[in-house]
Amino acid sequence: MTKNTDKQVDQMNLESQSRRRFIVDTSFIGGGLMLGIGSFASIEAMAGTIYNQNTMMNASSPEVNAWVNIKPDDTVVIRIVRSEMGQGTRTGLAQLVAEELECDWKKIITESPTPGQSVARKRVWGEFSTGGSRGIRISEDYVRRGAAGARIMLLQAAANEWNVPLSEVTVNKGVISHKSGKKTTYGKVAEAAAKITPPDPKSITLKKPSEWKVAGKPLARLDTADKVNGTKVFGVDLQLPGMLCAAIKASPVFGGKVKSYDENKVKNLRGVKGVVKVGDNAVAVVADTFWRAKIALEALPIEWDEAGNGNVNQADIEKRLKDGLEEVGDFWQRKEGDAVAAIQSSGKVVEAVYYTPYRSHANMEPMNCTVKFTPEKVEAWVPTQNGEASHAALAEAAGLPLTQCEVYKLDPGTGLGRRGGTQDYVTQAVGIAKNFPGVPVKMMWSREEDMTHDYYHPIAMAKMRAGIDANGNFTGMHIKVAGQSINSTVAPMAIKNNKDVRQLQGLYEEPGDAQLGYKFPSLLTEYVMKNTHVPVGPWRGVNTNQNGIFMEVFMDECAKAAGKDSLAFRQAIMKDYPKHLAVLNAAAKRSNWDKPLPKGVHRGIAQFMGYASYSACVAEVSVTDNIVKIHKLTFALNCGHVVNPYVVREQVEGSVVMALSAVFNPEITVENGRIKQTNFDSYPLLRLAQNPKVDTVLVPTFDFWGGVGEPTICVVGPAVINAISAALGKPLRNFPLIREGLSIA
Amino acid sequence: MQLNINGKMHNIDVEPNMPLLWAIREIVGLTGTKYGCGIAQCGACTVYLNGEPARSCSIPVSSVGGAKITTIEALSADNTHPVQKAWIALDVPQCGYCQSGQVMAAAALLKRIPKPTDADIDNAMSNICRCGTYQKIRDGIHVASGQKKLAEVLATYDATPQSRG
Repeated sequence: MTKNTDKQVDQMNLESQSRRRFIVDTSFIGGGLMLGIGSFASIEAMAGTIYNQNTMMNASSPEVNAWVNIKPDDTVVIRIVRSEMGQGTRTGLAQLVAEELECDWKKIITESPTPGQSVARKRVWGEFSTGGSRGIRISEDYVRRGAAGARIMLLQAAANEWNVPLSEVTVNKGVISHKSGKKTTYGKVAEAAAKITPPDPKSITLKKPSEWKVAGKPLARLDTADKVNGTKVFGVDLQLPGMLCAAIKASPVFGGKVKSYDENKVKNLRGVKGVVKVGDNAVAVVADTFWRAKIALEALPIEWDEAGNGNVNQADIEKRLKDGLEEVGDFWQRKEGDAVAAIQSSGKVVEAVYYTPYRSHANMEPMNCTVKFTPEKVEAWVPTQNGEASHAALAEAAGLPLTQCEVYKLDPGTGLGRRGGTQDYVTQAVGIAKNFPGVPVKMMWSREEDMTHDYYHPIAMAKMRAGIDANGNFTGMHIKVAGQSINSTVAPMAIKNNKDVRQLQGLYEEPGDAQLGYKFPSLLTEYVMKNTHVPVGPWRGVNTNQNGIFMEVFMDECAKAAGKDSLAFRQAIMKDYPKHLAVLNAAAKRSNWDKPLPKGVHRGIAQFMGYASYSACVAEVSVTDNIVKIHKLTFALNCGHVVNPYVVREQVEGSVVMALSAVFNPEITVENGRIKQTNFDSYPLLRLAQNPKVDTVLVPTFDFWGGVGEPTICVVGPAVINAISAALGKPLRNFPLIREGLSIA
Repeated sequence: MQLNINGKMHNIDVEPNMPLLWAIREIVGLTGTKYGCGIAQCGACTVYLNGEPARSCSIPVSSVGGAKITTIEALSADNTHPVQKAWIALDVPQCGYCQSGQVMAAAALLKRIPKPTDADIDNAMSNICRCGTYQKIRDGIHVASGQKKLAEVLATYDATPQSRG
């Protein structure tokens, strides 16, 4: 059975929003209306260039091919369509292109084609979506072939000029040579190269990683300098000529609608230009500055129709999940042998019920979008993880074909899954800007609006049961997860016959993406869908977060019941999963698992797979008066190929911070149908003083391409929880750990 | 009302309760100082008032008076402050959104304590980073304060100044 990977689901999600429109539009283009690049070069669009130097505005010199444009001064412009939100994909993709191109790394710059340019060129750059840790692993093949094709064309151009065979021409860092002593550069032959028939991409032999000189190296990122002096322009920083600003408030109760509001109370406040209803569930105030819009919105009396959801509370939702654990799952995803009977007849039965909460993305840059609307065309400046999804949302909301819409992407102040498939903030911004034709309107959410209108990490519970025989070996494993389904909110078409395989990410039988790395004599996995009115969505690591905790914390409970070392206990059932086992062993070795720790320090270990990569973590902690001090986290990661080891390690370090915030800090809860936590006082995030030392060993095997941004997040929690359990000598089952009376030092 | 920002006087006509952050961002037009929470929790809005770090989102512009305001744009003219140099050499930022505040907080720490201990860093660096750059922020302060060599820190990540290109 084919599982719906994040990629497929994301694609379906995109389809649901835009495919119909996209197909209509591209066929329209095929019919003869081809937009030239830069056709939207209005003043504001040019401002977009200034504000984000990565926006590709026009091809000032002839491109060699879609991926590479070389200027007469030998500057190599590399096109990147995946979004850059801190994860380093811009630099990594450029390294892969530079590697095959054989250009001078010091002479490269990057630029990002717009979604409109993509439509005009029939998606020559492939998909824009930047989620599911796919930025590199899904693009690597075609970007490398594109770069290699450009190299062949450039060399052929030189060979033609010199009238020598291609085989006698070599290149080093963009300087082309012939044995006769002739030399030229990429910049000098680029124009001629552009006219050469491109080679068939399938005919190209790509370099082996052992031959890499630029890829695989810990090169400095391309985009750091303007992040240390305030000059990098984020979406919230845009200042366009004549621009107005908008603050928005959507129904605090999900599913609710605007009943009435009294704009007379605020319309004469300083700077206010208008009060507009946005869709049927939100109201915005438009003013000359955001702050004036925000304080006017706070003063605006609004009555809401809560659509019957205003009486839903956290306890109701938790009861719903708990009840679900007593139901038979909607389906049995894996049924290998008769686990229920095997467990029941075992000498020892281990059972535990776990809880994991709703989580907010809490991107540091709140949701925002700037739109300039006219009846003929609409432009949007969007911090987005998926330019094509933004483009589709823009077209849908504007009621115009894609060819009359354009999106200028800005590097988001993190995305974490919030700015991919869920483009509600673009839809809202169009709804506001429609009321001010010709005027750019920058819509920004306050922190409070952002925290209370997220697509949250889904709440979940799991009932785990295992049987252990007299020798301390498993007889069977039964995993039942009850909780909210992400697909039910963001991609309902991915749920077939009420079965949602995505929720059991990490427990799959199939290799390659999110395979469970254990062989049990019998196994049953089931998912009980328990949806609520709270919208949920992908959140860095998605369903590996809770499934990793359920599986790996329970594995330690079972090891303890069997009287075995938690490492050896795992190793014994991993022989069929050599890659999982290798990273587990690598983490254990790097952390000196066999060596004793100082008195009072305890270890925990965990391994799990997600996003086609294998991760393991060892945590060292001590606990004093229910305050946890994490001394060190050691990781092993096999992501197949490592394009930039320095950036990969930074992603591991980042995953630790997000995971520890989730494991320790207060959760998102529901009260009277709305989210109770509104800002960083009630929803605190991990601070520097709480962050442990992170040591990462990279163990790539070069026989696959795995993701990096997300995979390690799911092993942080269980490794730390297992270490704390070891320290306290008791199981921990309710997360965040403040539910167990624990806090982080 | 007058504001002395980065050595330049700005005449502004605004409501007295407008937070300094928004006067800087939307009236004066310096957008390096960021909005993160509006309640002085995250530190993205950190500026200096007479050289001392302050969270501008929670300071009414009317209370600033003649204090000298310094924003991230004026920390150095050309990314040459030791903190900026260390931040670039170590690629401390990921998305970069919180880093104006992080850089300002780190530079203020070094001014107060030129050779901060890890405990000093823990106490001073309370700004929130959602990308999770804390380990590199600590490294960056160690390098900027001269207590660790860049090569020594890079070695812990299997890198050298040369291998970084």
